[in-house]
Amino acid sequence: MTTTLERSRAASAPKDAPEQLRVTDLHAFYGESHILHGVDFEVRKGELVTLLGRNGAGRTTTLRAIMNMVDRRSGSIVIDGRETLNTPPHHIARLGVGYCPEERGIFASLNVEENLLLPPTVRSGGMSLDDIYAMFPNLYERRHSPGTRLSGGEQQMLAMARILRTGADLLLLDEITEGLAPVIVQTLGEVLIKLKTRGMTVVLVEQNFRFAAPLADRHYVMEHGRIIEEISAAELPGRRERLHAVLGV
Amino acid sequence: MTTIFGIPLMVLFGQLLLGLINGAFYALLSLGLAVIFGLLKVINFAHGAQYMLGAFAALLGLEYLELDYWLALLIVPLVVGALGILIERFLLRRIQHIDHLYGLLLTFGLALIFEGTLVNLFGVSGSSYPVPEVLAGGFNLGFMFLPTYRAWVLVAALVVCLFTWFMIESTRLGAYLRAGTENPKLMQAFGVNVPLLVTLTYGFGVALAAFAGVLAAPIYPVSPTMGSSLLIVVFAVVVIGGMGSILGAILTGLAMGLIEGLTKVFYPEAANTVIFLVMIVVLLLRPTGLFGKEA
Repeated sequence: MTTTLERSRAASAPKDAPEQLRVTDLHAFYGESHILHGVDFEVRKGELVTLLGRNGAGRTTTLRAIMNMVDRRSGSIVIDGRETLNTPPHHIARLGVGYCPEERGIFASLNVEENLLLPPTVRSGGMSLDDIYAMFPNLYERRHSPGTRLSGGEQQMLAMARILRTGADLLLLDEITEGLAPVIVQTLGEVLIKLKTRGMTVVLVEQNFRFAAPLADRHYVMEHGRIIEEISAAELPGRRERLHAVLGV
Repeated sequence: MTTIFGIPLMVLFGQLLLGLINGAFYALLSLGLAVIFGLLKVINFAHGAQYMLGAFAALLGLEYLELDYWLALLIVPLVVGALGILIERFLLRRIQHIDHLYGLLLTFGLALIFEGTLVNLFGVSGSSYPVPEVLAGGFNLGFMFLPTYRAWVLVAALVVCLFTWFMIESTRLGAYLRAGTENPKLMQAFGVNVPLLVTLTYGFGVALAAFAGVLAAPIYPVSPTMGSSLLIVVFAVVVIGGMGSILGAILTGLAMGLIEGLTKVFYPEAANTVIFLVMIVVLLLRPTGLFGKEA
């Protein structure tokens, strides 16, 4: 498996690709709690970047803040050259952002196909339903089942698949491997490689460092609501020890 | 004369029909309440007043604008629904981020204002609305007499209920509504304009109430308080059916009308309370309602 993954990095984004996402001095609040304390990072088109960190470091909140799903935020979030700090939540997706929440957010009152067709198309160039069923054959077999009757792995596939249909080219994926069997995790890794070769930009919040390491172009390490370190894929081997210490793995 | 348990068959069928007609109104009103509650989580206490506004608008339209019944059936729900849209956009939206109980209080206040204003203008005694000529008269079914207008009410209410149910269960817009009911934040993250969906849903629920009001005008006396007495029963129907369940609201509405009709025949003293007795039993045995999902 590792060899396929290593090879995939050959298709990495060029260093001079334009910025797809730039977050500057981002602060975010839930009620009175101040969760993010000035987050800075940027992602270029076609890159796969991870946000690593312990639970509570602010990784999920960073994604939610980009989606404008927190109570209050300040700083700057530029998506595709456009400042979005004052953009209402339902306009963020239309900038080509696809969000896969940590809890997966599969709708129980909708069957699998309805779940797949639910998010409105935001851009042209999304995958067709046939493409998606080819990538996730299990979903085709269970397309008439209620969304939440699927296994955890299938639900995760569904949560990913439905944002691929919309034409989004910046994917924010929150803990997609959490609690899943190794074989499913491997499938998800293969899916991410396919998405990269399609030129998608991915921000991956991940706990499973061994899953993320071979896939990513760069890693950002978060602690206490800030980015404390940036590590490129090339620097990774020399920094493993330090990273393990920070992540506590 | 044929009898069953000592009750003349004519009387039994007559009461069952009355019950079914009442049930049709319960179904229409509880359907609107359920749709609104599902997405807004607000118990719309103004629902009875909005039903009453429908009936009143039909009556006033006929008197002052010579608006005939069929046009009223089309226009009044649109007008009252538009009023609902304004209520959501400018009042309910302002309090959506705080406890939904405030929504209940707000709509209760609105109901009092609507009723009070109309009592001031027209008094509490009801007026009657003429049955449209095409629907006057009735059929003799042999075992009972069926007034044409009542048959029409039953058919119209059922068609609207089933159409609404179909729209919610089988269309894209309905999928938005169901998903928005479950997780509005995520829907918005997908790019769905949830605030607009909320506004339109409230307007639609209110329009359903006004439609029921126009249907009711030729049967029940049109008075400013006609809605508030009905609303309490409709709340009980929604609780029995299961909060937010669409099909539950429709079927329970019809069933409760029938049960009420039957009680009138066999034990008239309990006719006004039987629905609440059913509610108590259902709440004890199945707290989420007959069609509600287990929490």
